[in-house]
Amino acid sequence: MEHGSFTDNSAATFSLTDEDHTIANAVRFTLNQDPRVTFCGYSIPHPSEARVNIRVQTTGDPAREVLKDACQNLMLMCRHVRSTFDKAVEDFRASNAVKAMKIDSQDSSGDDSEESE
Amino acid sequence: MAEGAGEEKKKFSIWDLPDVPMGQLPPHLELQRSRVSCNKDAPIHTESIQYSGAYASMGIDNSSRLDRFSNNFRVEVVRLNEDDIEFDMIGIDAAIANSFRRILIAELPTMAIEKVLIANNTSIIQDEVLAHRLGLVPIRVDPRLFDYLSENDQPNEKNTIVFKLHVQCKRGSPRITVKSDALKWLPNGSELVKETRNATSDSSSKPETYTYFGCSQETVPEFVKNPIIPKYPDIIIAKLGPGQEIELEAHAVKGIGKTHAKWSPVATAWYRMLPEVVLLEDIEDDLAEELKSKCPVNVFDIEDLGKGRRRATVARPRACTLCRECIRGDDWEKRVALRRVKDHFIFTIESTGALPPEVLFTEAVKILEDKCERVITELS
Repeated sequence: MEHGSFTDNSAATFSLTDEDHTIANAVRFTLNQDPRVTFCGYSIPHPSEARVNIRVQTTGDPAREVLKDACQNLMLMCRHVRSTFDKAVEDFRASNAVKAMKIDSQDSSGDDSEESE
Repeated sequence: MAEGAGEEKKKFSIWDLPDVPMGQLPPHLELQRSRVSCNKDAPIHTESIQYSGAYASMGIDNSSRLDRFSNNFRVEVVRLNEDDIEFDMIGIDAAIANSFRRILIAELPTMAIEKVLIANNTSIIQDEVLAHRLGLVPIRVDPRLFDYLSENDQPNEKNTIVFKLHVQCKRGSPRITVKSDALKWLPNGSELVKETRNATSDSSSKPETYTYFGCSQETVPEFVKNPIIPKYPDIIIAKLGPGQEIELEAHAVKGIGKTHAKWSPVATAWYRMLPEVVLLEDIEDDLAEELKSKCPVNVFDIEDLGKGRRRATVARPRACTLCRECIRGDDWEKRVALRRVKDHFIFTIESTGALPPEVLFTEAVKILEDKCERVITELS
């Protein structure tokens, strides 16, 4: 839900239901890094109400588009985090398998030929 | 100087001055931006500089560029086994690292016992306490194979797991301890027959129970090799004296940690910033010995320089807990600096057993992506 003026769409407050600091703080971070943003912040009006208000003021672009871009940015960052993480886990497993193999071959009478079995 | 002076004036820009740091912050600002300084009295520069124009006056762009993030972001796995993972996440802001942590704790679904139908309980543990204890037992099952049970849904094989617990302590025998391995999975659903008011209706049909399973869960390929059991067989649920008995049915459903902590898939999920210990001057001989003995977690080592001279070195900065013992006392703050790297997170996830820890993290990142997508679709 968007609360803004009809004449000036460069500033608006967006009210997200069923959300909390988890997304609001992350989006605030990506919004802050956008040069088009002059002000942004978020608040949770009441702790027992699952709702967060995100305020966005821009240099002229529609606040809605800027927020959308910020979410898009966050999503792409997440995607990159996921692929990097998956790769790191894979690498770790692979290097550990090699290490385990080396230990095994050392234990078994130190014959190099056993590795090829 | 005489000729072309006008032209030079036109071209002149303050950015051309030699003392303007182009593309690089002066060291003291860089330190403030990238490190938390843990001083004797209090940590300073704890906030992260997020604003894109924070360093505009220095000609430095602080705005986020996805390609820049992609180039700098790294993950290094330190430890990984069945239950826990420790990895370094480098080049990310605390805002996003914290989102991952929050999602891991509160928004990743698991299966947990939510409803307990007690047929008989003559033990000294009260029904509601027993039900609560059962709820906290971690169940080894992939929650992605199940749906949420909404208020209007009937419990079926897609959203409910049924366990039976029937234990009895015979008269004259010693007391017995009921452990979580006494929970037996019922792949065909509830066995407790619902009391119907019009009992005269067709008695030939199957009696109505508390669940409506269309088929047995045992036929699901994922469960053929991996039957659903509690993750740990030795969790004490109750103790029975002679003559006491517990007979109940426990229905597990899908939920998230926000609703109740029993659905949280992690025992703990936490991060800390990488500690950085810097010796500001050479610390030698007796002072080095003093420094080494000051540190309770053994961060410092002493190297031998020969000729009887010894010097302190920082050997294990990762072990530092920032107890600040090493900067206590006169002048020590001038010799040792304790810092934390703001964009380097040592992330630890301990799984309760439903999913392996590395899967938990990727699932958490996916949830944050879904949240973003939800906002985008609602805005367009």
